[in-house]
Amino acid sequence: MKFTIQVNEGPYQHQSSDTAYQFAKAALEKGHEIFRVFFYHDGVNNATRLTTPPQDDRNVVNRWSELAKEHNLDLVVCVAAAQRRGIADKDEAQRNGKDADNLADGFRISGLGQLIEGGIQSDRLVVFGD
Amino acid sequence: MLHTVNKSPFEKNSLVSCLEHAADGSAILLIEDGVYGALNGSAVADKVKSVMGKSTIYALGPDLDARGIADKIMDGIKVVDYAGFVDLACENDKVQAWL
Repeated sequence: MKFTIQVNEGPYQHQSSDTAYQFAKAALEKGHEIFRVFFYHDGVNNATRLTTPPQDDRNVVNRWSELAKEHNLDLVVCVAAAQRRGIADKDEAQRNGKDADNLADGFRISGLGQLIEGGIQSDRLVVFGD
Repeated sequence: MLHTVNKSPFEKNSLVSCLEHAADGSAILLIEDGVYGALNGSAVADKVKSVMGKSTIYALGPDLDARGIADKIMDGIKVVDYAGFVDLACENDKVQAWL
């Protein structure tokens, strides 16, 4: 079965980013396909590579990047939500005249159309967040 | 339809809203702080019980364990793990998150 997962909550906030990750992992282990993971609202904070949790804590951002690398996942960050919260890749940083970018490996910035497409192309859209 | 509830019923009324709106034959999965809705003898326990004959109530085991309440939940609530969560999402034609 094909899933799209929507994450509306940042890492280390409540628990939804963790739940979304565990759900994605369990689905992949069962042989299902993840068509896309879409990060929206505060969920875009899952995509900053500057995240530095204590060494004995899970690294939520790296965990997404690693899962994406392992399973060739499409991790999409909403551009408008990202701009508001200071999440930018090289192109976005340049376009907006910023002196730095911070998008983590495996993520890409795009628009809401990607969420709609995920809903259409997938058998299930599962939402996690506040 | 699979309904997920991720907030404690003592913080938000999303569980009560879900229970009141879910059609008969639904699956209702309590996750994250939502698992407090599975507690035996709480203020919302009767409301949860009243839906049990019509819909099936599930709770995510790892989240019950994280809160130390796995042995304090009502009879009739089915405990699943993340793999069980995925199965529920497959068995039901839609997934509605009560955020």
